[in-house]
Order: sequence, then structure tokens, then C-alpha cells
Amino acid sequence: MRLVKNKIEYNGGGSVTLIPEEPEDMWHAYNLIVPGDLLYATALRRVTTTAATGSTSSQRVRLTLEIRVKNLDFDPQNSQLHVSGQIVNETQHTKVGQHHTLDLELNRQFTLEKGSGPNSEGSGWDSVAVEALKDAVDEGGNRRAEAVAVVMQEGLAHICFIGQFRTILKQKVEMSVPRKRAGGSDHDKTMTKFYQTTLDTLLRHLEFNTSSTSMSTTDPVRPVLLASPGFTAASFQKHIQSVANTSTPALKRLLPSIVVVHSASGHLHSLTEVLQSPTVKALLSDTKHARETKLMDDFSTELRKETNKATYGPREVEHAVDQGAVGRGGGVLIISNRLFRSQDVAERKKWVALVDRVRDTEGGEVRVLSSEHESGKRLDGLGGIAALLTFPINDEDVGEDSE
Amino acid sequence: MSRHRVKAVSYDEDDYDEYDEDDDGYDSQDPEEKEFLEECTREVLSQLAAGVPSVSASRGEAQEALWHYYNDVEKSVNYLRGKKTKETGKKKPTAALTAKPKGITGKETLFCVSRLVCFVSSYPLPPTTVSSHPSHFPAAQFFRDSPWLNIPAHRKADILVEQLYPRLGLLGGAPEGGGGKMSKLAALAAARKKEGDKTPTSPTTAIDKAQPSASEYKGAPLSLRERLAGSGKQARPSEDSPSLPGLGKGPRCGHPLSQKRTSLEPKTPTPAAVTEPDASARGEQTHDQEKPPTVNVRAPPSTFAATIIGVDTRSKMTELSHLYTNTLDLIRIYGQDLAEPFDFAGPSPDDVVLNAQSSAKGFKSKQPASKPQGDKKDQASLTGDMDSLGLAEKIHVKSKNLDVLSEYKKFKRKNAMNFVVIGHVDAGKSTLMGRLLADLKAVDQRALDKYRREAEKIGKGSFALAWVLDQGSEERARGVTIDIAMSKFETENTIFTIVDSPGHRDFVPNMIAGASQADFAVLVIDSSIGNYESGLKGQTKEHALLVRSMGVQRIIVAVNKMDTVQWDKDRFEEIEQQVSAFLTTAGFQAKNISFVPCSGISGDNVTRRSEDLNVSWYAGGTLIDELEATEPYLHALDKPLRMTIGDVFRGGIQQPLSVSGRIDSGSLQIGDQILTMPSGETATIRSLEVDGGPTEWAVAGQNVVLNLANIDPIHLRSGDVVCHASAPIPNITSFSCKVLAFDHLLPSMVDIHRGRLHVPGRITRLTAILDKGSGNVLKKKPKIVPPGAVARLVVEMDHAVPLEAPTRIVLRAGGDTVAAGLLERT
Repeated sequence: MRLVKNKIEYNGGGSVTLIPEEPEDMWHAYNLIVPGDLLYATALRRVTTTAATGSTSSQRVRLTLEIRVKNLDFDPQNSQLHVSGQIVNETQHTKVGQHHTLDLELNRQFTLEKGSGPNSEGSGWDSVAVEALKDAVDEGGNRRAEAVAVVMQEGLAHICFIGQFRTILKQKVEMSVPRKRAGGSDHDKTMTKFYQTTLDTLLRHLEFNTSSTSMSTTDPVRPVLLASPGFTAASFQKHIQSVANTSTPALKRLLPSIVVVHSASGHLHSLTEVLQSPTVKALLSDTKHARETKLMDDFSTELRKETNKATYGPREVEHAVDQGAVGRGGGVLIISNRLFRSQDVAERKKWVALVDRVRDTEGGEVRVLSSEHESGKRLDGLGGIAALLTFPINDEDVGEDSE
Repeated sequence: MSRHRVKAVSYDEDDYDEYDEDDDGYDSQDPEEKEFLEECTREVLSQLAAGVPSVSASRGEAQEALWHYYNDVEKSVNYLRGKKTKETGKKKPTAALTAKPKGITGKETLFCVSRLVCFVSSYPLPPTTVSSHPSHFPAAQFFRDSPWLNIPAHRKADILVEQLYPRLGLLGGAPEGGGGKMSKLAALAAARKKEGDKTPTSPTTAIDKAQPSASEYKGAPLSLRERLAGSGKQARPSEDSPSLPGLGKGPRCGHPLSQKRTSLEPKTPTPAAVTEPDASARGEQTHDQEKPPTVNVRAPPSTFAATIIGVDTRSKMTELSHLYTNTLDLIRIYGQDLAEPFDFAGPSPDDVVLNAQSSAKGFKSKQPASKPQGDKKDQASLTGDMDSLGLAEKIHVKSKNLDVLSEYKKFKRKNAMNFVVIGHVDAGKSTLMGRLLADLKAVDQRALDKYRREAEKIGKGSFALAWVLDQGSEERARGVTIDIAMSKFETENTIFTIVDSPGHRDFVPNMIAGASQADFAVLVIDSSIGNYESGLKGQTKEHALLVRSMGVQRIIVAVNKMDTVQWDKDRFEEIEQQVSAFLTTAGFQAKNISFVPCSGISGDNVTRRSEDLNVSWYAGGTLIDELEATEPYLHALDKPLRMTIGDVFRGGIQQPLSVSGRIDSGSLQIGDQILTMPSGETATIRSLEVDGGPTEWAVAGQNVVLNLANIDPIHLRSGDVVCHASAPIPNITSFSCKVLAFDHLLPSMVDIHRGRLHVPGRITRLTAILDKGSGNVLKKKPKIVPPGAVARLVVEMDHAVPLEAPTRIVLRAGGDTVAAGLLERT
């Protein structure tokens, strides 16, 4: 995402103008825009005009609309963001108060204005929003820790793209594979077919050029992680090799970037294990993802020790913060950015206040995890919020309150 | 007019204002005017009454006349008198409708419009009422009480566009009544008509009959063509028109009814009528003789309707003639029977076709009463035909409707038992089973020799026996069992089915699938130094726990590879002690655990007692003895059918689609309709095999192969559940379960296993930690469940999965079994 204009004011109001440049930027936009904000972007709107005779004609008009955001809809698969709300600027074709859904597009700039002050509807540029903006703009330029992972088992393969902030399941390949039996070769035949289907699907998603002329191109190939229990991934690699040697020589370009790792199953959540494997860690050095995964591991180890030095769940964590346990000397608040996307502005404000308090007052560490990542999903399973504490807290009573 | 003084007002606007004002004056007279009009009216009426001949006129007529003559009393009186005198000569009083004064000037257009409105609104009201207030009757007022779009029939009328000139007047058709001279052509036509009148075939009486009504139409100016067309028609009232005085002085106001009557006869090709009057006239004569004259006062249908319905009604249509002739010509040209009026009494064209078809087939279903039946038959046969045309031919398998349970009781056969072989990887499970099969002659020597040769070729001679069960090319190449393998052998009174399961941790899901089909288990332990210890930490433990939580009660521990430790008694006892201690804690009862020292590779103590002197200390039975000592297991035969599909495969050319598995409960037979879940597709059992032999039925506990028909293989996957449609298994997305935790449990992602079924899911809630013995709640909503505790959890899945309580499930995460237990509630 490119930051074109930054007019954030000290009081938390102001606007920024951004240009999304790649699909993942839509994800950032999704995290930045909250209901109540003003969004100014170009839009295609179907305008229906009624002539004096009563006949109607409609046409599509490109307008620049400013809407007060009411709702956001993010399609993770295609990285599309639809923002709906009421129009606040009057144009030739629209009236104030009409509803419109803006579809943010790549390489088209949009301006996001957040109000501040007591009477504004939005939450303003709070610390979390500014943090999210920093993430989105990527000032350091150390992005591109991208990889493609194929998590598979016999008859099942998940092709997913691992980005810095999220993991997208691109496609699931499923095939019924007959079991081995005496005298039958159906199993081997079907497995070959399964490998071929998976390879075709993978190449399609990689947009890999398989023509023989592409041998000379020097496009960088993203690392491809093949993960499976047993020998499926290794067999798949062998299959790719044999295809490269026989029919599709262009695949030879792909071969060096293939890494075979172990996973416990072919289901998508085994990706966690894949990303923890030493080979992959070396490959995707110090990405946000690896850090997040490590954090979640630390948390669950701490929880397993049953020292009461780790807790999870909204109420429990708030209780711990109140006790001052998430502070200097190892207190870590782990929070999923799903909580900040709440439709309810008051709720978002609550979580932002908690984050600010831990960071500024208590002196603890705050980690915002992407809910589209495997670690974020693990955190979401725990209620979206967890904390490593500096001293043990017995929160039995908190649990009882809820009964 | 104040607005006139405004300089900025444009000329156009001025005009418009004036126009407006006029309009206003027209609509509502001011009191002064009214008074004046009243005065004049009185004057006119009195003059009319006084004059000779004395006539009486209504106030309305008088006022109208005054209006027309700009309140000139004298002219009005003259006009009215003339009119009334004429009227008295006729049977029906005609309105002053057609009496249009000539001196209409600036208001001409407006006036015409108002007249038009009057016509529209008046028809078919008596003309007098209309003519009394022709100009003071706005359309809106008239329609005031009419419901929108639901106008009563008597209020309906056609809007007629008045013609500016007499119809076809250029051709010399001046109206006779108008004082104009008849053209030569018209005269000729009149002459011909008179001739026609004299023809004896003409129904002269009709003229008389039509006479009274004819007066209704006399106000219309007749065009030449109309007269020509009508010339041959004695019945037509319009032919009397020459005798009628042309009240229609105002050529603009065509009377609707008269126009209707004067429109063309549909079957007359008009161009022909114009160009060849003679021919057409003759044609008309003959034509009209067949038709009795009718007077139709109904409202005419629209052009569109007329086109659709046919010509008969079109004859009454009011239409501009040029348009009209076009449509007519077209119909003529195409020579279709569209012109025929269509009453819906006869059979529809479709029915005609169907009838023809059915009669061709030998049906006699012409009678209307039997027609629906015939149709049904036809439809049925048609759909039948369509079905038979389908690509996938429906296979009907006749069910014998056996009472499977009583058949089963009658049928005496050997006990059948499944056992699963479990143990750590490389414990020698497959080899031991291979030895068992080889020694029991379940595998012939030739095949065994072949395996041995091939195994030696790739340098794995010791794996030869394992190849009996490890059929997969990958399994052989790597020397490790990947998937379960089933093989059966018989002893004197029992048929055993071996389910050989993989020992590698990556293939535990397959092992769970195998264990779910087993009645009891054989745990193979590698007794060699080091391997035993690593095995105990590894899958030995996990497998034992799994089979126990899958419901297996009895376990036989085969302490394998005893030859590598020289049949050391101490070693055996050490293992026995440790393993039995562990198994007891895992929940096996001591009486259900037995230990056998054996060697798979040499075959000692497998089927025969070892002759090795070192084994003399062992007094117990061989492995096969222990197997036979196992009590047969009882299955739920009378419960609804449940069978987890273990494999979907192509059984051969005769059996394109087969599924195998073990029936968990219930029974089935050939011809049964089965339902596969979660797809919800039905299939028919074409044939079935139990333990490799074809039978007609199967019951719970048997390993069956079902050859299916009428289902697409994409709906079948291993792990699906086969059931009967009468008692289907529900597809669920979340359930509550009571589990024994093997590891720390947090709300997290897990794999859910139930037999072959293997789906991703997540623990969403830790409901409670329970007491192991009593099942009482120890702690509600725990943060974490420690290993070894019994807990109640809520598990959710992304996709609907066929599961029902009570079912034994296993939860795994990250390649480890984290919990196993019972699904309590869905």
C-alpha cells in the first residue's frame, strides 16, 4: 500500500490517502476501515433516469463518492473489499443519504477519514489504527516473505498462499483413492492422477508459465512447500520431477524451490506444523508469521505448565490486566485484530483502550495477531485474546461469575 | 390581465395565458355570462314555441345552439327549428351532435377536442344526453366514478380520431345528403347496387329489419370505398345511406357506430375492391348470400385482438382502412386459417396431434371423456421413453425381501471375528501375520516364493513375509506398512479376519480405521534390546490406548522377535510385567490380557509350539491358540443399518463400483436401497460379498463388499456412512463429547476420527472436567484440561459429518492423539 497523503491530526482526526497495490493491501484496508469512517473513492454506480415520458434508462457512471461506512465485507479468497454506507457528498447523480457499496480496487486511490472528538461517530486514529496503517504501508519495505504451501495426504490437498499477514486457502483438491488390494493397480493409478491434478491446480494458482519458451525467463519462483504425513509429499515431488523430465521441461525452473516437509495430516490446520519446521523457518526468516507462531507456542507451553501465568478469554485477560499482571517484565498481551474490526464502535474502543493501557501504563508488550493466519486462528479459538502474565493469577472467581 | 403588463413575459407565454383564459372561460362561465345565456335561452325557447311550425326544444339544445351561434338568438332559433323539423320526420331524435356550425374560428382546435371528448364519453349513452352538454362535459368528470382499469362495459368506448376530410372524398364520394353531386363512379356503384337489390336471392326482408337500426348510422359520411364494399350487401344498413340526409355536415365528427358499420368486410380484398369494383361486388354478392345480416352494437376489439382472434369479429372493427387492408392482405396471402374464429370448444392443436399419435398407436381416445386418461398414458409413456433414452440406465435389482435376522439364525456358520494387529513401527506386525497366513496355508507356497525372490532382489529378504499383506508398491519399496490390509484365514471353528495396521505415527489415522473394525487386538511388541523401550514410548502405548478407547476389550500381546534375545525368560517377564501394568491402567481387564512369546520370522509359537530348547519354560498356548480362545463378540443386529465405507473401488468389469467395509449395526440384503451420508445419495445394492463369497444378505459384524448401482462414484468417499433411508444417520456440525485427555486440551484445532472418517474440526469449549469414576463435574469451564483427566468438550466441524451418539471418536492434533472418548450429544 502506498501512502499518498497523510493528514492525521494530533487530536486523532484527519485523513489518509492510500493506493492499494497488491491483494494483501485489501486485507490491510479491511483492518483500517471501521464503521463510522468516511471513505472517499471512485465508484461505478448505475444511474437510472426517468424521462418526462416516463421511460427509464440506466447507465453506469463513474463517480467519486464519499460514504459514511456502515458495513464491511471482505472476501478473503479473492481479496476483495466491499464497503457499504451512506453517501455524504452530493453529485449530479446521487443524493445525500443514498446507500452505496464501494468496491475498492487495486491501484485506485482512496481517502479514509476518521473523525475524532466526543461527538464523532468513528473512533479516530487511535494507536491500533496507526499501527495498522504502519503495517499496511510497510515503510521498511521488508515484505515479500511469501510462499506457497501444499498440505496433502492421500486423496486430499490444500493449496494455500502464505503471505506476511495472512494465509489464503486457494484451493482444495479432493479425490477418492481406492485402497491397495492384491492384484489391483487402481491405487497407484489413482494416486498418479491425484498428483497430476494437484500439480495442474498448483501451477494454475502460481500462474506458472509452462511453455518451453519460459525457460529463459528469470522470474523469481516463490518457495513451494510440500507437506504431508508419510510419503505423499515426497512422492508428489518425485511426480513433479518425472513430469519435468518427460513432458514439461519448463517445470525444471520450479524444482529448486520445492521443499518437502512433514505434517501430521493433510488438513489445513497442519500448516501450523509446517511453518514451525526448521527448514521453513530458515526459508521464511523472521516473518511476522514466524514470530506470531512462536508467541502462540510460548503461550501454550506456559499454559501447559499450569502455573497460572497464562490466561485467555476476554474476561480473564481484562481481569489480569486489572490486577496488573500484564506489565513490565514479561507481560504480553496477545490480541487478534478481529476484535478491532468489531462492528460496534464502543467495543473497538474498549479493546483499543486495553491495548493502550497495557502498552503505555502497564509497560507490557502488545502483539496484534492477524486473524487470517494460522496463529491468529489458534488465538481466535481461545476467544481472540490471551495474555502471558508476570505473576500467577488465580482467576477461578472470574470463571464462576459467568455462571 | 395583469400579466400582460409584465414586459419580461415572452410572447409565447402571452399566448399561452390567453389560451388558458379561454379555456377557463370555456369551462366555467362567470355569473354575468350565465345570466345572459339564461336570458337568451328563454328568448330562443319562446321564439321556437311561438314560431311556425312550432317546435319544442330542450333548454340544453337551446343553450348549445346559442353557444354555437355566439348567443345570436335569431340564428339559433332558425337552426333549432330546422333541426327539429327534420327530426320529427325521423323515428329517432338525433342530437345536435353533427350540427356543427361553420363559423368556428380561433377556438377550432379546442372545440374539436372537446367534441371528441364528448363522443368518447357519450357513447353508448343516448345521443341526446350528450348533445345537450357537448362542451361542458370534461372527460375527467365523466370518469370520476369509474374505477381505474375496471371500467364497466357500458362506459367503454373507442377513441376515434376524427378525420379532417371526408373519407376518400377526392375520389368523388361527396356525401349525398350534403347536397354535393354524386360522382360518376358513385353513381355507377349505386346503379349496380340497385341491380343487386333486384336479384331474387337477396333477402329483402333484412333491409326492412335493418331499417330501424339504420338510422343510428346515418350521421356518417360515407366513403366511396365503403359504399362500394357495401354495394353488394343488401343487409347492410349503410346501403341506405344515400337516402339519408347527411346530417354529418361537419365532416370531422365521424360517428363511432357508423364508422364501425362502414368498415370493410374482412373477406374482401380491398385493393381489388377499389380497382375492380365489379368483380368484387359480384364476389360480395355470392358471399353475402350465405350470411344473414346482423346488427352488432358491441364494442369492437382492437386491431391486435382482431388479428389474433380472427376476421369474423374484425368485420366490426373500426380502423383506418389502409392499416386494415394490410393485415387483411397478409392473411390472404399466407392463406392460413387464421381468419377462422376460434372457439375453444374443439380440441387444441396439441390434443389433435396427441390424438393422432395415440390413434396411430392403437389407442381410441378420441372421446373427450377419456381424453385426459389418454393424455396421462401418453405422458407416462413419453417419460418412460425419456428414461430409457437416458445415458445411465437405471438398474432394477429385485429384492427378495428376506427376513435377514431369521435367515441369520437359521444359518449356522463358523464364528467370524476381526482382529487388528497393532504395535510400534517395525515390531514385525506384518511379518508375524504373514507367517500366520503362510503356516495356515492361506497363502500358497508359490506366491510366497515369488515374494521371497522379489524381496531379495531389492535387498529386503526379511520382508518377504510382510509382502503377503503389504501389497502396495510404495509399501514394498519402503518396507513399511502404510494402509491397513485385510486378510482372512480359517481355523476349525472360526473365520478370522486380520486387519494389519501400520505402525508409523504418520499413519495412525489408518490404524484407527482398522481398529474400528476389530473385535479384539493383537499387540505386537518387539522384544529386542532398545526397540522395545523405544516402542513403549512410541506407538505401542498410543495404539493400545486407541484400541481401548475404540471399544476393544481383549488384547493378546505377542512378544515378537524372541529369537533375537535367545528366548530369554527374564526378558519376557519384564516385558509382560511392564506391559500388563500399562494395559491395566489403560482400562483393560487383567483376564482379557494374554502374553505369547513368539517369533514371526521363524514361526515359533505362532501356529506351532517352538521346538527350541530355550522356550521350554513357556507352558502357554501358541498365538493361534490364544486367538481361538477369544469369545465371539455380539453385534447389534436389530439396530438401524450403519456401515462405514472403508474403501471405494472398481471391483471389475462386472462391478464398476464397489464399496467395502464392516457393518457396524443392522443388516442388509441384495436389492436394498441404501443412503450414503453425508452426500445423501441413494444407491441400490446389486450384489454383495461377505468374506469374499457372494451371499444374499449380511449382518452386523461381517466384512462386506457391496456392489452398487444407480449412484455416481463422486458421491462416495471412504469414511462415508451407509444407512437405510428409513433410519438415516444425521449430518452434524457440532457435538458434545466426553473424552479422556491424552494431552493438554485447549480450545484448538483438532482432527476428528471415527473409523475411516477423518475430518478437521476444533474444540470450541471446554465444558467441564469430570470425575473418572463417577462422572460428576469436578470443575466447570476449565482453562485447560490436563492429560489423564476426563473432560466434556464441545467440538465443531466446518462441514456436516455423519455422526450420531453414541459413537467412539478420537481427537488428534499435530500428529498426536490428544483425546479419545464417546460422542454424547449432537
